[in-house]
Amino acid sequence: MEVKKAAVAGTLESSDAQVTVEPGNGSIELSIESSVIHQFGKQIRKTVLETLDRLDVKDAKVNVVDKGALDCTLKARVECAVYRSNDITENLPWGGVIK
Amino acid sequence: MIHPNKKRLRRSMMFLNCQKPGLIKDPYIYKPDSIMLDLEDAVAENQKDAARYSLYHALQEIDYRGVERVVRINGLDTPHWKEDIRVCVAGGADTIRIAKTETAQDVHTVEEHVLAAEREFGRPEGSTLLMAALESCKGVLNALEVCKSSERLIGIALSGGDYTKDLQTVITGTGVELQGARQQMIIAARAAGVQCWDTVFTNLDAMDVFEKECEMIKMMGFDGKSLVNPRQIAVVHKVFTPTQKEIIFAEKVVKEIDDKKAKGIGVFTVDGKMIDIAFYDGAKRTIALAKASGVYEGDL
Amino acid sequence: MINAVGREIPEEILKKTGKEPFKGAYVYDNYEYTKAAPKARTMMDPKRSKLVENIHDVLVKCGIKDGMTISFHHHFREGDYVVNMVMEEIHNMGIKGITICASSLGKANDPIVPYIEDGTIVGIQSSGVRGKIGEAISTGKLQDLAIMRSHGGRVRAIESGEVRIDIAFIGAPTCDEYGNMRANGGKSDCGVLSYAMVDAQYADKVVAITDCLVPFPNIPASISMINVDYVCVVDEIGNPAKIATGAAKPTTDVRKIMMADYCTQFVINTPYFKNGFSYQTGVGGASIASTISLGKIMEERGIKMGLGLGGITTPMCDLLAKGLIDKIVDTQDFDMGAIESIKSNPNHIEISASEYADPFNKGAYVNKLDFVILASLEVDVNFNCNVVVGSDGMITGAQGGHPDTAAGAKCTIVIAPLLQGRIPAICTNVTTVTTPGETVDVVITDYGIAINPRRQDLIECMKGVNLPFCTIEELRDKAYAIVGEPDPVQFGDRVVGIIEGRDGTIMDVVHEIKQYEFKD
Repeated sequence: MEVKKAAVAGTLESSDAQVTVEPGNGSIELSIESSVIHQFGKQIRKTVLETLDRLDVKDAKVNVVDKGALDCTLKARVECAVYRSNDITENLPWGGVIK
Repeated sequence: MIHPNKKRLRRSMMFLNCQKPGLIKDPYIYKPDSIMLDLEDAVAENQKDAARYSLYHALQEIDYRGVERVVRINGLDTPHWKEDIRVCVAGGADTIRIAKTETAQDVHTVEEHVLAAEREFGRPEGSTLLMAALESCKGVLNALEVCKSSERLIGIALSGGDYTKDLQTVITGTGVELQGARQQMIIAARAAGVQCWDTVFTNLDAMDVFEKECEMIKMMGFDGKSLVNPRQIAVVHKVFTPTQKEIIFAEKVVKEIDDKKAKGIGVFTVDGKMIDIAFYDGAKRTIALAKASGVYEGDL
Repeated sequence: MINAVGREIPEEILKKTGKEPFKGAYVYDNYEYTKAAPKARTMMDPKRSKLVENIHDVLVKCGIKDGMTISFHHHFREGDYVVNMVMEEIHNMGIKGITICASSLGKANDPIVPYIEDGTIVGIQSSGVRGKIGEAISTGKLQDLAIMRSHGGRVRAIESGEVRIDIAFIGAPTCDEYGNMRANGGKSDCGVLSYAMVDAQYADKVVAITDCLVPFPNIPASISMINVDYVCVVDEIGNPAKIATGAAKPTTDVRKIMMADYCTQFVINTPYFKNGFSYQTGVGGASIASTISLGKIMEERGIKMGLGLGGITTPMCDLLAKGLIDKIVDTQDFDMGAIESIKSNPNHIEISASEYADPFNKGAYVNKLDFVILASLEVDVNFNCNVVVGSDGMITGAQGGHPDTAAGAKCTIVIAPLLQGRIPAICTNVTTVTTPGETVDVVITDYGIAINPRRQDLIECMKGVNLPFCTIEELRDKAYAIVGEPDPVQFGDRVVGIIEGRDGTIMDVVHEIKQYEFKD
């Protein structure tokens, strides 16, 4: 999926993450800031990259500000931001590329 | 076939805002019978989409440890409910709570989309249960037809806030404004053989008043209550837990009826009270409630 | 070298400090040593005054010079002005190389960070540090090793001469011109002066700093004139609003109440819960809720507490007032209710930090504890606790009496919610060991309760008790199943601080914090 415009999802509350996506420069450019970076930095990056991969996003700037979100929340925020950048809110592929 | 969970114990049904990851990650710790993950009023209009992704992954990935996962979807008068149903079914919600139900047709409409979603996402047909929130005078007056509307329908819940607005009054704290609706709904639910839940109580500083209200709705026959805070769970459970005296009596009734039936005796006394077969179901319910509340140690 | 809690203590640190690695919580029992003694200067001429105009002059009179060790107490908590006031003057005088030996340092002391950066302060010894001082230490700005000591361990270090205090600055809510200090009255009431008592006895120079000079004699004194060299009157020694807050409202957090109820159920099912039992608890929401729920059961069953110890809060004083506690023995007051109680209730008594927790005196109150209820940032599967270093690797807490009470009590209970955001409280290895697992008996979480396998007696008496018992490994596994398995914090090589065991051995070291790097 293409990231057509800048979009954001999530909040900066505890246990949440705020994910911003923007059109990229030919690849995935990921930046992560997290209150639990030492313990979970690796896992956060893995989850975000896997989610982008499932959504077939290959070209985007992605910024994650994490406040201790679980993987399920990280996925939800990435997906939401990507679909928002495409203005899609209906007939989503639940259980397909969203899983 | 009747869904095995249709009549499960539902004393405490706690609302949680789907848009708050901190709330939905482990509410099972508080041991409610059901959680109600809210896509409706608690979620801001511009976050309806975000709440669905959170809901989907929560349903798929969080082990709610046996707590029933109800999802409250947006009303049929909004642009959101169809996608809400898709995500609920895809995620594997146990039950969908239909907001602002007024007629049997409303339930049928939802049921149709649920069935379509069950087919789309490969979930067993009929696996998703429904409950209806009655939030208007019309809905309350149509309680019986709503209760009888679907095999999937587990029961009806009063939503007092919107209902009192429709009545042109407010929640007064006396309960007088809700009397008619409560009475009407519990009678309809029992007539149709489904469950019935009371409205939320929002003043967390008045736990004593809350407890009184729980006692009252239990006496009226309700199965439980919608809740807004984990602090309320223990109170409801306490009120709905049978006393040792009630349990011992119910146990005797069940045993005596079983025994006397075999001997062909219809009417007899237990602890000086006249007992016949009409007491059987009630006594069985008391035992079931005692078991669920963790206070029953007998062998029934 | 690997010590008794499995921590690697670098040889160079052992060499540099001359300390031994931790060998076990009780190996120094029955140990004989000679106590240190301070220098003293006589006061025979009745015409001579102890009053000094200002902090500058008192520093001059005390002979302040580069490399000295000075001490402070933390009874004014987040309202303290004394540390900042003295350090500012020392800095203005151009003195360098100072070591601060404080009973604790908090966020109120953030203003001294520039003095760490410019070398005015080179050493910090404290129960712990929070806020910007913690960051300064963790980022390697302090020249010497920071030393984190428990309250009892600090008294031991002073009494044994391991630390020599050149000048003790003691903030006193009231004081007379001859140096009799009391914790009550005046503008900055703090209830007790327990932590400062050892400083008064062992420092070469002792300075009372007060904002309320009262007529002689100010008695009964918490700290007597016989140990005081100078008295300095200043405008304000603290911010009363931050010294003692109003009593915290009992928590309404169901999770904390649930853990408190588990704790109470545990306590009452041990053989120690009987008339005359002794008890200490912290100030966390769950600890206070435990005190309240335990109080109800004591009332129902007619069981009285003989001794309530430690940092005191209003709920303990309420039990005292109701006659459910015989004596409260107090080293710190956390709220107004506690301060009022010690003023008015003759069964509420001030003691010194030595009497409270010192492992090297001839017997401290902690040894007489039946129960202590504690909190912890992390607990590992060996029951080792960390109360000092945050999950981000930053020094952010204090040992306080944690290791002392844990070692002393017959039943040490740690309450911790299993997850703080994504951080699991129960883990395979704590970031830093501050309290050894051999002294921790029970861990209570919202997901279950684990009893230390060393305590088969407790495991035995909980048979048939309806509580969610499991093993500590099961608790960890539950946490990891939800949040994933955490990686260890990435630290730099340099050791910036040591966690001292209460007997003076090295429990653990704290490394410099490092920017996180993704490693593929």
